[in-house]
Amino acid sequence: MPLIKTSGAGTTASADVVADPWVSVGDDDPLPAAAPVIVSLTRWERDRDALLATGRPVGVRLASHQLATSIAGDLDHLALVALEFPTFRDGRAYSTARQLRERFGFKGELRAVGNVLRDQLLFMHRCGFDTFEIAHPDAAAAFAKALAEFTVFYQPATDQRTPAPRLRHLRSAAE
Amino acid sequence: MYRYDEFDHAFVRQRVDQFRDQVSRRLSGELSEDEFKPLRLMNGLYLQLHAYMLRVAIPYGTLSSRQMRCLAHIARTYDKDYGHFTTRQNIQYNWPALKDVPDILMDLAAVEMHALQTSGNCIRNVTADQYAGAAADEIEDPRVWCEIIRQWSSLHPEFSFLPRKFKIAVTGAPNDRAAVAVHDIGLRMVRNEAGEVGFQVLVGGGQGRTPVIGSMIRAFLPKRYLLSYLEAILRVYNLLGRRDNIFKARIKILVQQVGAQVFADMVEDEWQHLKDGPVELPDGELERIQAYFAPPSFEPLPTLHAGFVEAKDRDPAFAAWARSNLADHREPGYAIVNLSLKPVGGVPGDATSAQMDTVADLADRFSLGEIRVSHEQNLILPHVRQKDLHSLWQELTAVGFATANIGLISDIIACPGLDYCSLANARSIPIAQQISTRFAELDRMHDIGELKVKISGCINACGHHHVGHIGILGVDKKGEEFYQITLGGDATETAELGRLVGPALPYDKVADAVETLVDTYLEHRQGGERFLDTYRRVGLQPFKEKLYATH
Repeated sequence: MPLIKTSGAGTTASADVVADPWVSVGDDDPLPAAAPVIVSLTRWERDRDALLATGRPVGVRLASHQLATSIAGDLDHLALVALEFPTFRDGRAYSTARQLRERFGFKGELRAVGNVLRDQLLFMHRCGFDTFEIAHPDAAAAFAKALAEFTVFYQPATDQRTPAPRLRHLRSAAE
Repeated sequence: MYRYDEFDHAFVRQRVDQFRDQVSRRLSGELSEDEFKPLRLMNGLYLQLHAYMLRVAIPYGTLSSRQMRCLAHIARTYDKDYGHFTTRQNIQYNWPALKDVPDILMDLAAVEMHALQTSGNCIRNVTADQYAGAAADEIEDPRVWCEIIRQWSSLHPEFSFLPRKFKIAVTGAPNDRAAVAVHDIGLRMVRNEAGEVGFQVLVGGGQGRTPVIGSMIRAFLPKRYLLSYLEAILRVYNLLGRRDNIFKARIKILVQQVGAQVFADMVEDEWQHLKDGPVELPDGELERIQAYFAPPSFEPLPTLHAGFVEAKDRDPAFAAWARSNLADHREPGYAIVNLSLKPVGGVPGDATSAQMDTVADLADRFSLGEIRVSHEQNLILPHVRQKDLHSLWQELTAVGFATANIGLISDIIACPGLDYCSLANARSIPIAQQISTRFAELDRMHDIGELKVKISGCINACGHHHVGHIGILGVDKKGEEFYQITLGGDATETAELGRLVGPALPYDKVADAVETLVDTYLEHRQGGERFLDTYRRVGLQPFKEKLYATH
């Protein structure tokens, strides 16, 4: 599955296809030699200390019903959180992403996984996701197009795009 | 009225361009109908029984004459020369071709309109009191906040894939004409003891197959916190609302499941992290939007125009119309005029392009260019001088909009029903036509007084039958249309759900049944009681006995 990584903030953000250093491991799979691993919340809760003792970066994957509060206390130990979209219609991860970023101050990689479609990329990016597993033949181009479709945003979110109400205010202050 | 600035124009055009691209991908076959469905639904485009249906938003029910002319132009150019005003202050076109839809959206954009968020599991077009900015009983104009909500909710990145659709209604007056208690969120502008204006917040109201009156979770919310508080409600719902069953996915089910107090606590907890944050309006933005809703320049006029009084004395038909179709205006010498889209035997809410053009012209000549659409599917000229009422009435009569029946038995709300809708079990429109024909006689209608009949063609309750004084619900019994009748529903500040009278009746017995119910009311009526008052005093039993004794 291609992995898209965004860099830059707000309307200047750009997207590239990158190699994925992370290895997803099942709840009872042996750990690979040294690679960073993504585990389920179940395994994280069970093996937390053992995982951290290996010294490698660790990420947790949350199913869409698992809330940000379930890992909020552990965020200092996590380099990545992956949030699942079991179908594009399940929008819970948008709220979880914003809570992780805005309420709990998570600074690591926030990855969108599952049914990630080009027509939702901009919403995800605005809610604080910075990497995306996307099954699209030309993922980078699709992402670039999705990011460019709008220049006006009405509400603040996690991203750095300045919402229209604030732009209006900044403009009238400058006049 | 609100006017788009450069940001609003750019936003709506970008949205049209995006949809044009999606439509061309569909027409070329790159997108299947399944893949296209969620995209078109985000733009108000449904696939109905016979064709695509496009639902255009009329935010908080306010239209300029220029916008009304555009709606007429769309009906004439792209549809079968008519449109249907809905119970959510939208207009629907039943016959557009898919290839034309991007052009329709571009025409709408030119007059500062769109079809955004008229469908899909997102925050839908915000509705309001149709008399906003004109009503005598108003505390403040709710449209200022509706516009703020409209902008905040437009392509909200967090709330575009909610468990289910989400409807917000706002009233600025204590007499609730916007049915806020049966919305996912109902906002009532209220004054606290210190004299400040804020919002009373109701959540979890709704109709559909599980009708619920909303629960108040906050008695007074200062205005400046509205957006952060809404964001907190939506976030709790987005995270915890059920997604395993479409019929249990509305916020009302979550509120019932955890209890209103627990829900209020969860919102409060989330709100503590959002209030005073970036979502609150920046300085100057409230004032900027308020300025657009500043009252128009009304002429200083005497409270009562002598000519108006004389005309009523002289002309009983005008007097009857004035009694039912006018509402009190906040300015002396002005009136709010209701145009009835419920002619006897007609289709509730339908208007032809010629009628729409006429309304636009009348608005320019008599109502400072403003028009409103009510959730009861009528049109309103909000600012008419009393001295113009008689000539306006004559012109309305000529175009068929002067039926003197606002709030009366033939002012029926009906969904499109089986004639158009793919969800319906039974027809609604012909039932409405039969009832309005049965009670066509004006004196009788006025004698019966306020009586709200609401008809839905299926359990989804688009015709608001749960809150009709008389509610009629079409059901399917082994392939035949039957109708359940409820009594005592009320959508106002004294909101209540109707109660089922008894077994469903066949199609050809419904108008008779309504007549029996009305006769029973007249028998028991005391003094100036409305149907609803009598029902509340005597209860269901006398109605039930009469109805099932004769049928």
